[in-house]
Amino acid sequence: MAETATATVSSQAALGHEAGHDPHATRTGISNTKLAMWLFLASDCLLFGALISTFLIYEGRLPAGEIGKEIFDIPFTSVSSFVLLMSSLTMVLAVAAAHRGDARNTRLWLAATATLGSVFIGGQIYEFTVFYREGLGFTTSIFSSAFYTLTGFHGAHVTGGIVMLVSLIVLSLRGKLPMEKAETVEIVGLYWHFVDVVWIVIFAVVYLVP
Amino acid sequence: MAVTERTTLELPAAIAEPEPLGVFARPRAKRGWRAWVTTVDHKKIGIMYGAASLFFFLIGGIEALIIRSQLAVPNNDLISADAYNQLFTMHAVTMVFLFVMPLAAAFANYLIPLQIGARDVAFPRLNALSFWIFLAGGIFLNTSWFLGGGADCGWFCYVPNSTVTFSPSHGVDFFAIGLLITGTASLVSAINLAVTVLNMRAPGMTLMRMPVFTWMAFITQMLLVFAMPVITVALILLFFDRRFGTNFFDVSEGADPLLWQHLFWIFGHPEVYIIILPAFGVISEIIPTFSRKPLFGYNFMVFAGAAIGFMGWGVWAHHMFASGMGPLSVAAFSVSTMFIAVPTGIKIFNWLATLWGGRIRFTVPMMYAVAAVAMFTIGGLSGVSHSIAPADTQQTDTYYIVAHFHYVIFGGAVLSLFGALYFWWPKAFGYRLSEKLGKWNFWLTLIGFNLTFGPMHVLGLQGMSRRTWTYDRGIGFDGWNLVATVGAFVLALGVLLFLVNVAVSTARRKSQPPVGHDPWDARSLEWMVASPPPEYNFDPIPHVRARDDFWYRKYGEDEFGRAVRIAATDDVVQPGGDRHVHLPAPSYWPLVIALGMPIIGYGLIFNLWLVVPGLLLVVAGMYGWSIEPPDEPEHTGPAHQEAADQPDGPGDSGGAGDESGAAEVSSASGEEAPVG
Repeated sequence: MAETATATVSSQAALGHEAGHDPHATRTGISNTKLAMWLFLASDCLLFGALISTFLIYEGRLPAGEIGKEIFDIPFTSVSSFVLLMSSLTMVLAVAAAHRGDARNTRLWLAATATLGSVFIGGQIYEFTVFYREGLGFTTSIFSSAFYTLTGFHGAHVTGGIVMLVSLIVLSLRGKLPMEKAETVEIVGLYWHFVDVVWIVIFAVVYLVP
Repeated sequence: MAVTERTTLELPAAIAEPEPLGVFARPRAKRGWRAWVTTVDHKKIGIMYGAASLFFFLIGGIEALIIRSQLAVPNNDLISADAYNQLFTMHAVTMVFLFVMPLAAAFANYLIPLQIGARDVAFPRLNALSFWIFLAGGIFLNTSWFLGGGADCGWFCYVPNSTVTFSPSHGVDFFAIGLLITGTASLVSAINLAVTVLNMRAPGMTLMRMPVFTWMAFITQMLLVFAMPVITVALILLFFDRRFGTNFFDVSEGADPLLWQHLFWIFGHPEVYIIILPAFGVISEIIPTFSRKPLFGYNFMVFAGAAIGFMGWGVWAHHMFASGMGPLSVAAFSVSTMFIAVPTGIKIFNWLATLWGGRIRFTVPMMYAVAAVAMFTIGGLSGVSHSIAPADTQQTDTYYIVAHFHYVIFGGAVLSLFGALYFWWPKAFGYRLSEKLGKWNFWLTLIGFNLTFGPMHVLGLQGMSRRTWTYDRGIGFDGWNLVATVGAFVLALGVLLFLVNVAVSTARRKSQPPVGHDPWDARSLEWMVASPPPEYNFDPIPHVRARDDFWYRKYGEDEFGRAVRIAATDDVVQPGGDRHVHLPAPSYWPLVIALGMPIIGYGLIFNLWLVVPGLLLVVAGMYGWSIEPPDEPEHTGPAHQEAADQPDGPGDSGGAGDESGAAEVSSASGEEAPVG
């Protein structure tokens, strides 16, 4: 019966996965877990959409005399944004290694991705601390609340991604991430790229647009 | 070859997984309450969803009766104005989030896999998780009554009424956290069911052959996927304002209360369709069955449903015509709101055309379905009258609105869901509800409903404003209010008769002849399996060759297009099989995670330290979940040999939430010769 399923898999051009991949044939050719991740990310788009809208509405309503965007250190944030974007590259390399069945390089690139993500989070914590010292607290103004809420939610997402990456590394070390399960790496990769793409939008909208 | 591969894959998992310790040894109970609390079977979860939602219906109903009693006579002071505020808020929140949505979810859970020919949903343990989170959230919300009072801001909790300045009790905090918890449940369930529909259909079950109920439930799940995060953001901002001192809704800081309204209604208007679309699906199943005709205009029904799903996003601001958005927005939303009546009208005419010339049997489900169409039409028409902005500015926040949405939600959704209860009860439990009591139940409900909400149109047009605590004698409100209150009690009696019917029919079930697979001579796949269905649903998975496949296995057509029986029902249904089908194992972890969430909620409201044990429970639950294989390793016996060959095998999934259970749809289809 597994042969049947495998046959279905190979007959479906849509699947296009390597041989030996999860033999469960689904009607869309996309595995359940991956489809669920796509739906979750679709849902998350609306979450960030609502948060970004809130920020955009409120940044223009800042009462006179309150601290606003002039506090941002754009070169610093650009560097940490660049670090986060590079983590997408290492994530791609991790997925590629996982598909090749190269466990060592998978772990290596996963660790690199997690490290770059952590550097970004570290940068965010540093940035928040500096802003706080300069008088921009969470409850200072609607601008600061909207800013911290939006970037904080993004930071929480990155942190969640780092937890996933570390879990993958642990799984791999225990030998529970064989080539057949490369898709798990791919699914975490989807999440990671999504979080990166969202950051590009946030960085552009929050920091760069005057 | 593939088998060998699988085996090598599974064995390490089966051996390496230690048996979790102590109280959380793998649950094995097949019967009794343990089997229910650990189940991952979509049918049991569906039944639990139904029972829980009916329980909340009673709570919401009691709240409604108190409200109506307060309004029965002028200058009444049965309850205080403050209690009244809490009652109408909690009544609405309970009915919308804890009754109608979960009751529809009950049917979606129960029916979707059966209607598409699947063994289970895509993620059985996530399914259990969503039920338990919903229940935890519902109980959490209602405990607010004992911990300082319920929310008192109306179900849309407009700021600044809901800010800590104007609502200092913890009611709104319970509202925010409670809806966040139940929203999580909705999102989890929506992703799960949408994946199920997209991925788990039986061979031949193309999208355009799916029963309309499954279609409408699928559109509903997609609406939930996109609507839930928006209300999540709104509630989080509100909660930050209330407990952490931010200023998202503080006008003196430059904030804008319209933000809340926009966020709420961008969720809230799709929510209206989240409530009504499953009901449309139910009507589309019941009317063809009891007219003995195929659903008229299937394609139109599906596309109209999809159109409603899309257009539901473009009309949210019609809830805010009185908010001062500016003439251009008002005109745009006025027009878009009128347009959304078009697909809805298509559906109503298609139902009528299905009835036309049919051989109609007026069973209780059919009576409910037809009544729902009629009542929904009334509600829909008063809805169109709200789309005209100048009229709406007069009607808004009057009892006319109250009448409108009760005709839509109770008249459209609840009546058809009651029809669904009568229709699918024999499938779920193996015995029928009494038709005689059902007719009493139906007529009392319908008459009581119209007595209650019909007069509210008049009251609204006379100027009685919504959420009025009491009113003076002699301003023209007395008579109709008394009628409405009497109607409410008739309605309550009608609803109680449903419970009586359940009790009586359950007591009598032993003396009734068994209902068999197909008591209504119905059309879709769920009637092909035994009543109640076996745990594995189908054996083998059916191959679908047509829309209404089950019907066309029983009936052909003569030269005039009339149905002619070509096969006895007993020959086309699936006989009770004893084949061992490998199913995902029960689990405690969904319950553990769900238990943690209200504890976090209480912590956020009362004492942040309480968040810690709640978080620990959630994390422990997730950890236990992720190391627990979704399937019990096979305890081999001769009967299990075949199952071991199936490619679904014990779980080798590692990551949290990664489940492979029940993905074996095509594998067990029986089309190809089994290996070995």
